[in-house]
Amino acid sequence: MRRTAAAVQLLGPVALVVAAALLGTLVSRSTETYFINALVNVAIVVALYLFIGNSGVLSFGHVSFVALGAWTAGVLSVPVSEKPAIMPHLAGFLRDTSVGNVPSLAIAAAVGAAYALVLGLPLMRLSGLAAGIATFAVLEITHNVLRYWETIGPGVTTFSAVPETTGLLQAGVAAVIAVVVAWAYQHSRFGRLLRATRDDPAAARAVGVSVYRQRLIAFVLSGALAGFAGGLYVHLLPVNTESLYLDLTFITLAMLVIGGTTSLWGAVVGALAVSGVDSFLAEAENGVHVPGGTLDFPAGTRIVVVGALMALVLILRPSGLTGGRELGLGFPRRARI
Amino acid sequence: MIAAVLGIDWRTLADAFALGSIYALMAIGIGLVFGVLRLVNFAYGQLVMAGAFALALASQWGWPVWAGILLCFAVVIVLSLLMDRIVFRPLREQSPAVMLVATFAVAFLLQSIALLWFGSLGKIATSLSFLQRPVTISGVDIRKITIVAMVVAACCLVALVLLLNKTNVGLHMRAAAMDFQTARLLGVRANRVIASAVLISGLLAAIVAVMLTVQTPLVTPDFALRDTIVVLAGVVVGGMNRLVSATLGGFAIGFASGLLGGALPTNQSQYLPSFVFAAVIVVLLIRPGGLFSRPGQAAVDRV
Repeated sequence: MRRTAAAVQLLGPVALVVAAALLGTLVSRSTETYFINALVNVAIVVALYLFIGNSGVLSFGHVSFVALGAWTAGVLSVPVSEKPAIMPHLAGFLRDTSVGNVPSLAIAAAVGAAYALVLGLPLMRLSGLAAGIATFAVLEITHNVLRYWETIGPGVTTFSAVPETTGLLQAGVAAVIAVVVAWAYQHSRFGRLLRATRDDPAAARAVGVSVYRQRLIAFVLSGALAGFAGGLYVHLLPVNTESLYLDLTFITLAMLVIGGTTSLWGAVVGALAVSGVDSFLAEAENGVHVPGGTLDFPAGTRIVVVGALMALVLILRPSGLTGGRELGLGFPRRARI
Repeated sequence: MIAAVLGIDWRTLADAFALGSIYALMAIGIGLVFGVLRLVNFAYGQLVMAGAFALALASQWGWPVWAGILLCFAVVIVLSLLMDRIVFRPLREQSPAVMLVATFAVAFLLQSIALLWFGSLGKIATSLSFLQRPVTISGVDIRKITIVAMVVAACCLVALVLLLNKTNVGLHMRAAAMDFQTARLLGVRANRVIASAVLISGLLAAIVAVMLTVQTPLVTPDFALRDTIVVLAGVVVGGMNRLVSATLGGFAIGFASGLLGGALPTNQSQYLPSFVFAAVIVVLLIRPGGLFSRPGQAAVDRV
């Protein structure tokens, strides 16, 4: 029984991701990009969920890991011959090295984890509002440094000449990897301990759980996934510091909140649902044909709609579309994860 | 004397002081609402932005200056009361973190509505540009707005101190900020005290909107966004728990960024935000209650 429930909790989100990827193979080349983007969003939101959902601590800083992962994978993937033209101030080691697609993603994940460890060591002592503000400060610092430090990347200019290897297959596989990691974590001893600290910090501490250590483990794992997702992102589109900053933070947090912060199922549903709405509106901003006429929304409609959706969900259904619960087999059970 | 040592001219010093004054007003606006609602209003800058657009539109329509300022006040106050009624009130029972996410959403919502409405290029507010002209005081050219900002901020502070200490509304607000539940038990009306805090905070946003549009006449949808982020940092560094420490924090961060931004060459000042936010993190870790708070008054719980 318990094993079936756990399997459903894994297979539900995975099936949804696979379905989205398969649907992406059926559509035109230009629409395909939206599906790939949605799958990369799944990876980012699952990374966010792994920390925020399990610990109950807010983080505005995860896009810094995404950005750093994108920088890492991007700088390492540009062919050596093209580096001096795009990034003339690059440090020696980075200038002379180039790696393939998969290694660049792995290194991005490792760098994301290392950065999360360095930041988490001091920051994981904070919770509530203080954690929100401190992680926001992390986002500001990372954005500022990446923007101006041209020794480690392109600075303000847009990343070009990164091989565009993130297709449907890579994005789909990566999203599944992220889901499996998050699932394995939340069913492990560490995941259970962290959720215990979320639900009742005092009781958890009383039985000897170190809140700080459990949060740090989740933060590092989540940083690794976010860095990995950043690597996928830079292999998908030409990014710059502005595209990995406030807007992405907002939209990924909105996805998590709309889907339901406390469940993996919610993270995946939220990421795919909001990506779907967002892609449709992005198309509509360029004019889209629907039965009965042409829809043509002005630029900016997307964020208005997503922002309104997020505010509505927070007000009317604070636990998100899925109610923050994992996918069950359809008969009422006691919540057990 | 300090100015001479650091090689800063009087003009930069005065401008930094003015920026500090404006940020202090924003800090009060954020701190007042935090006091009664325990809500960090990320969307405060968008109130300022709305007021700035009102000014820009008024000057585009050729309205007289006073009418433009009136429109700005009306827009900002209506918007802030609406924000309280539609978003903050249903969320009052939620945790501070949820409310922070909600105001984050509202900020983006308002910003993109402005983008839809006015486009990304923005509009120019020209009606108050005469305040940009300098006056000469004992050989130093100082822009009129610098003096106006300092005077206005000082007047607001005096008015606010009088309001908080000499009136019933002020007493209720201070009581609610100290302990909301007990204040309610003693007969303070929750909705009224929150509405008055939101109202004053809106008034301050309108004043800030007028002064910021003089300094930066080009009004874009992300107007005042950076300022809000910096002020929020300043408020946290100063200490959210008391209005005085929040105000001091806002002033300090405005003064410091104005001074350093004006004095440092570009290749050094570009990392200024990093240092400011690193300071925020350090303060949060070492003195969670803020730099200017009384010892033993932690605003945030530590685990």
